[in-house]
Amino acid sequence: MSSTTNPSTQHTSTIGAIGAPSRRNTELALLVFAVVIPVFAYANVGLALNDEVPAGLLSYGLGLGLMAGVGHLAVRKFAPYADPLLLPIATLLNGIGLVAIWRLDHSERLQASRTFVEAAPRQLMYSALGVALFVAVVFFLKDHRVLQRYTYISMAGALVLLLLPLVPGLGHNVFGARIWIKIPGLGTLQPGEFAKIVLAVFFAGYLMVKRDALALASRRFMGLYLPRGRDLGPIIVVWIISILILVFETDLGTSLLFFGMFVIMLYVATERTSWIVFGLLMSAVGAVGVASFEPHIQTRVQAWLDPMREFELSRAGVSDGIVHSEQAMQALWAFGSGGTLGTGWGQGNSDLIGFAANSDFILATFGEEIGLAGVMALILLYALIVERGVRTALAARDPFGKLLAIGLSGAFALQVFVVAGGVMGLIPLTGMTMPFLAYGGSSVIANWALIGILLRISDTARRPAPAPAANPDAEMTQVVRP
Amino acid sequence: MSELTLTVMRLGFLAVLWLFVIVAVQVIRSDLFGTRVTQRGTRRDAGRTQQASRQAPPQQRQQSGGGRRGRNTPTKLVVTEGTLTGTTVALQGQTISLGRAHDSTIVLDDDYASSRHARIYPDRDGQWIVEDLGSTNGTYLDRTRLTTPTPISLGAPIRIGKTVIELRK
Repeated sequence: MSSTTNPSTQHTSTIGAIGAPSRRNTELALLVFAVVIPVFAYANVGLALNDEVPAGLLSYGLGLGLMAGVGHLAVRKFAPYADPLLLPIATLLNGIGLVAIWRLDHSERLQASRTFVEAAPRQLMYSALGVALFVAVVFFLKDHRVLQRYTYISMAGALVLLLLPLVPGLGHNVFGARIWIKIPGLGTLQPGEFAKIVLAVFFAGYLMVKRDALALASRRFMGLYLPRGRDLGPIIVVWIISILILVFETDLGTSLLFFGMFVIMLYVATERTSWIVFGLLMSAVGAVGVASFEPHIQTRVQAWLDPMREFELSRAGVSDGIVHSEQAMQALWAFGSGGTLGTGWGQGNSDLIGFAANSDFILATFGEEIGLAGVMALILLYALIVERGVRTALAARDPFGKLLAIGLSGAFALQVFVVAGGVMGLIPLTGMTMPFLAYGGSSVIANWALIGILLRISDTARRPAPAPAANPDAEMTQVVRP
Repeated sequence: MSELTLTVMRLGFLAVLWLFVIVAVQVIRSDLFGTRVTQRGTRRDAGRTQQASRQAPPQQRQQSGGGRRGRNTPTKLVVTEGTLTGTTVALQGQTISLGRAHDSTIVLDDDYASSRHARIYPDRDGQWIVEDLGSTNGTYLDRTRLTTPTPISLGAPIRIGKTVIELRK
């Protein structure tokens, strides 16, 4: 497509958008900052746990710095006008997550458990893979509008990805949720994380074509715009799919994420509040309906309504067919004992959570060790990523790019809300990972790809428009002179 | 490790984390895609600046007729009337296009403006020129409708539909 505009040509008298600064140097400065903070935290954990600066400090710092540097160079070369905040924030979150995982690796309680494996080196490898995928996205995806051609292929691809865990032999049931697939020799993969991105491509392509039909052909009833039956079709189909995920894979989080993303994109595409009302009603009906007969979900709701009871049942070793877990209560205690400023890195007892302390419950570790002040900063960082995504959507010139950016950042926001809300006891807990922070290969790789796509859209949106052809009307003005 | 060191590190970590957040927010604040919106003045302020600009032109026109490279080179473009009142754009030698088209530098939300209404650009000497791009309702500098590219003096009102624009120092 268009080549990058040389800044010196801005001085010619062509009509064009104002020369937006590329802001790559701002990004570089922030990236340096974003690498220094986790290195500081890493040294802090070592000092608190073993009274010495950890031996791996240099290699960890260099590894993180190398990842950030490669990412930055790729952006500088292939997406020079991309948003300056997305890459540094993602790097920072990833780095701090690595520190927290490393810290939990060194907890004696967790080391004593049966399922213990050292997670930090693996997570570093997954992060490197994630950055590699990020660079690949920025390099190969020259223009996000290419994705528009694959609207229906994306739909099929997303369905396949979602159904893979149900295939016998390939699917892998872990602690009640069937959301993993096992690839022999490579380990396990969570296809739902990737389906999130592919599905956003499908929704964006589909809604771009159908939005007029969805927005305009409707009757007004009691202040709400009721859509026609045939336009309701797709939302019903998506709803059924997400309910099916919920039933067969018992994965509340993914189901909520997909349906929520669709409703957000539908609202943005049509500007009709009625869709949000319908969406909320339908998800409420679906959740209550499924929860009334699915025991796995019922346990989660029980643990949400009365975590103390679950804790006591678990301690007493009551076995009534359902696995009782003390995780939810331990997470709440972790937040409580952290207080406003936290106990300091390496000095909390969040490892009492036990299983999944470094994945689903990692936010509790932050809550205990860096306190409310730290968690607020983390949540603000997530909010900044989402804000940049929405800003990109506002600036994008094509409707497909707008919808895709909104969908991706909406999905990101929903995921953060669902996980953080679950760990903090606001909503029932769902098995999802905090983007970038938590241990989990699929999650970190997929989220780096998501950031890559957002960067590509923002590069296209912020790139100065090429000078248009001379305006023929200008000539006419010259002729008709008074 | 002593209690004191750990406390200092704990608070230090929170401080740098928040510093990062604040720096990031600062980056966004100044990252409004090239157009900077300054504080919109109150009614009284707006009136005062208009008065000032009304008095200013004769003087400045003389100066611009002579050595135009003086201290009176404008540095910003200010919208003084219309829906965009208060918007300023820094003049850095680039062409500023005005109109309802999305890719204009200043996108006018004005029923009386054409999609590519006018442009403002510096000539070789650095003098700013306004040119009407064949708009339907015309571009006015002071009270005269523009027919040819015309040099703009400091503070002279350029009227496009309901929008008025001035160059300021």
